[in-house]
Order: sequence, then structure tokens, then C-alpha cells
Amino acid sequence: MLIRIADVHKAFGPKKVLQGVDLDILRGETMVVIGGSGTGKSVLLKHIIGLLTPDSGEVYVDGQAVTTLDEKNLNLLRRRFGMLFQGAALFDSMNVEDNVGFALARHSLLSPSEIKDRVAECLDMVGMPGIQKLRPSELSGGMKKRVGLARAIALQPEIILYDEPTTGLDPVMADVINNLIIEMQTRLKVTSIAITHDMVSAYKISNRIAMLYQGKIVEIGTPDEIKNTRNPVVLQFIRGESTGYLHQGGSN
Amino acid sequence: MTVRELMTKLTDPEYLLKHNILTFVLKKLLLFTGQLGEMVSLAGKTAKWMVRPPLDLRLIVKQMEEVGYNSIPVVLITSIFTGMVFALNSFEGFKRFGAESLTGTVVGLAIVRELAPVLTSLMVAGRAASAMAAEIGTMKVTEQIDALYTLATDPVKYLVAPRVLAGLIMVPTLTACADFFGIAGGYLVAVRLLGANPYIYINSTKSFLENSDIVGGLVKAAVFGLLLALVGCYKGLTTEGGAEGVGRSTTGAVVIASMCVLITDFFLTRILLG
Repeated sequence: MLIRIADVHKAFGPKKVLQGVDLDILRGETMVVIGGSGTGKSVLLKHIIGLLTPDSGEVYVDGQAVTTLDEKNLNLLRRRFGMLFQGAALFDSMNVEDNVGFALARHSLLSPSEIKDRVAECLDMVGMPGIQKLRPSELSGGMKKRVGLARAIALQPEIILYDEPTTGLDPVMADVINNLIIEMQTRLKVTSIAITHDMVSAYKISNRIAMLYQGKIVEIGTPDEIKNTRNPVVLQFIRGESTGYLHQGGSN
Repeated sequence: MTVRELMTKLTDPEYLLKHNILTFVLKKLLLFTGQLGEMVSLAGKTAKWMVRPPLDLRLIVKQMEEVGYNSIPVVLITSIFTGMVFALNSFEGFKRFGAESLTGTVVGLAIVRELAPVLTSLMVAGRAASAMAAEIGTMKVTEQIDALYTLATDPVKYLVAPRVLAGLIMVPTLTACADFFGIAGGYLVAVRLLGANPYIYINSTKSFLENSDIVGGLVKAAVFGLLLALVGCYKGLTTEGGAEGVGRSTTGAVVIASMCVLITDFFLTRILLG
């Protein structure tokens, strides 16, 4: 097991977002966490990489408790991660080349020309060769996500976190991203954790799916097991029905 | 309601409790102390990154250009016209009791000790602190700050330290320019427009202006530069709520930075005057 999330609780003011999340992620697998908007999927993802600290509970990466790490060790741990943000979060003061090469320039011993080569390689891998000199404002949503993915894999991470990788993209571009996620897993042998509410994407990319509901993981299983679940909450969610346990546009 | 009635009500604990005014004031006070604490903590972290190598010179030079070089036109225009209007007013005033020869001294002292550092800082607060809050605020709401963390880069090191260093170096530099151009503006008006004797004017400026006046003004400017950059960055990093939040942070940065400059000015002047 690579990542263990143990009884994590998190509240923002009076709003309890996570209420005892337990989840184990195995080395090399792609785990997809599904759940409605506002259920705390992004919050859960941010706990894994130490962007948020749990009120109680712990996240372990390779047996290391994330909250106990000092700044230096937390940064060392973060170098093992790559993260693709929902809006790609590219630095708009830099061009694509500087974005993708950002971590390489700061944390590797590569020379500028080696960094250029690695950036080109990463852009090739996401199917966006030759766009090094473009600014993020010149890219479409799908292109931004692919550049964001190139930036995430630049340091050759062991674990990639995907925050809503297909949200806001047309179905064809969403499938391109899905294929890239699968390619990352097979080619780079990374462990992936994706959060999404796109069930097409979830079935396609995942080895296992977990459903977050009312601050807890209520169901976990392979895509087939999830498709054949008897849990009414999960059934309603995967079928996209507006009546049932889940309220329209809400978390419960 | 008359002022007296209002004062009576505001000093009556029962009235305050009943209308939740006490809770409101306490909440605001708590919020203020909380923010002050956060800003002090940010200052501490920034100080740590400012002295811990390796310093990213490229980032520092870029910010020095942003804070300093790009502010030159606005600071020059402000200082020249301030010197001019100050000379105009003081010459006319001194003329009433035949002391026009003091114009150079008064303009020089006022510019160097007070007007150049304060006005330069206010201009930089309007230009650069707002830009810092807007840029960092936009990065915050578009998750670029989170992205920095995930790329194992501390935003305080990458964004705040270079800006604060730039403020610390460039605001005194701009103030030194403002000193010169303010005095030059005063000279132009007094000598060319109002017919003062150029020799007496320059002499009265030089003989009463001491090095400590100039250094004191520059020390003040350095403190203001540090403060306004810190406020701009703090407001940016604490931005919440999309485009509206960025707007709020930007306005807040200018207002708070300007107030910090004016309030700190009094205490610094008091200390510098001994």
C-alpha cells in the first residue's frame, strides 16, 4: 500500500466536510474518487499532498505521516507527486516551456539545454509538441490541461493526483485526457488518484472506484463492482438520477 | 438624534448588548488582531527567506524593475510638482514678513524629511502594492499558489521575498530621486518664476540641510517600502472568492498600505527626531 488515509476529519467553520475518511491506495493502481459537487473530493486530494492539514486523522505516504513532516521533508515528499489541477493552474506570467520546466529548473541538477529537452519530451508525451513559446492565455481548456499534465510529470513523479481531469472539456477532448491518464499509468508506472463526477471517465481510467458521501467513503470497488452495486446512494449517483438520497446539485 | 444622545447610548452597556454592537466591535477587533498576527508571521517567514541562500536574483531584479524602474515617471512628476507648489506657497508666505530667503531651507527640509519619502511611498503603494495584491490574488483564486506548493516551492520564497526586497531597496532609491527633483522643482519656481536670488536660494538649501535629514528620510522610505510590499503580498495571499475577491484585495492593499505609511511616518519621525 502506498497511501493510507486514516480517519481524516476536516471542517471549515461550522461546515464538516470530511467526517472520518478511510481509504487505502495501492502502488501502481488508479483510484478514482467520485462524489457530488461540494462533497469534499478536492479537499481530500489536497490532504494527500499536504496542502490542507486534517483536524484529526492522518495521511500516510509510504508509511510517512504527512502532518508530522517539517517543511523540508514535506517538500521532498511533494517532489514524488505530480498534480493536475481542475483549471490546470498554469503560471500565466510564464510561457509553456517555463511552466513545464519550472520544477526542473528549481529542483534538478539539469542544465538549461537538458531542461529544454525534458520539456520537449513531456510535451510530446501529452501530444502537444512545439508549443513551448505559447503563453497559457493562448491555449484552449484542453490544451491547458495537457500542458498541466506535462508539468506534473516533468519531475517523473511516482504519484499523480488529478483534480477533475475531464471537467469542462468536450467529450472528445475528455477522452484524449482519459487516454493520457491510462498511458501515464502503463508507461510511467505511476500511482494515480483522480477525483471526478464524470462516470465515463471514472469507468475508463480506474482500477478501483470509491464514492465519497456525507464526508465518508461509502463504497469502494472495481468499476464492475460499482456498476453492480446495491448501495442506493451510489446507484443514484452513477445513474445520474435527480431523485433519491442525493439532492439536486448538493451533497446529500 | 443629537451627538450627545448618541454618545449616551454608545456608552450604555445595556444598549450596546441589546443591539449587538459590543459583539460587532469585539468581532472586528478579533479579526484585526488575527490579521495583524498573520502579517507578522508572514514578515517573519519573509525575513527568513530574504537572508537564506540561494537568492533568486532574476526574480529580485524583475521586481525591482516593477516596483522601482516602472514607478520613476510617476514619482518624478509627483516630486517636481510638490517641490514647485511648496516653493510657491512658502515664498508667498515668507514674503509677508520679508523672509523669502528661507524658502530654499523650508522646501529642502520638507521635501527631504517628509514629502519625498511619504509621497513616493504613497505612489508606490498605489502602483506596486495594488499590482502585487492583484497578481498574487489572481494566482490564489486560480490555484496557482497551490500549484507552487505541489511543485515543492514555497510561495513566500518565490513570490513574497523578492517583492519585499524590491520594496526595501527601490523605495529609498526612488525617494533619493524624489529628493533631488523636488528640490529642483522648488528652485525652478522660486528662481525662475518668483525671481528669488539663485545663489541665496541654493545656499539656504545647502547650509541648513544636514546629512541626517537625508539619511532619516531614506530610512523612513526603506521601512515604508518594506511595509507596503508586505501588505500587498499579504492581501494577495489571503484573497478569497474569485474576481470580486481580487478586486477587494487590491483596494484593501492600497488603503492599508497607505494608512500604514502615514501612521508609521509619525512614529518614525518621532524616533528619528529623538
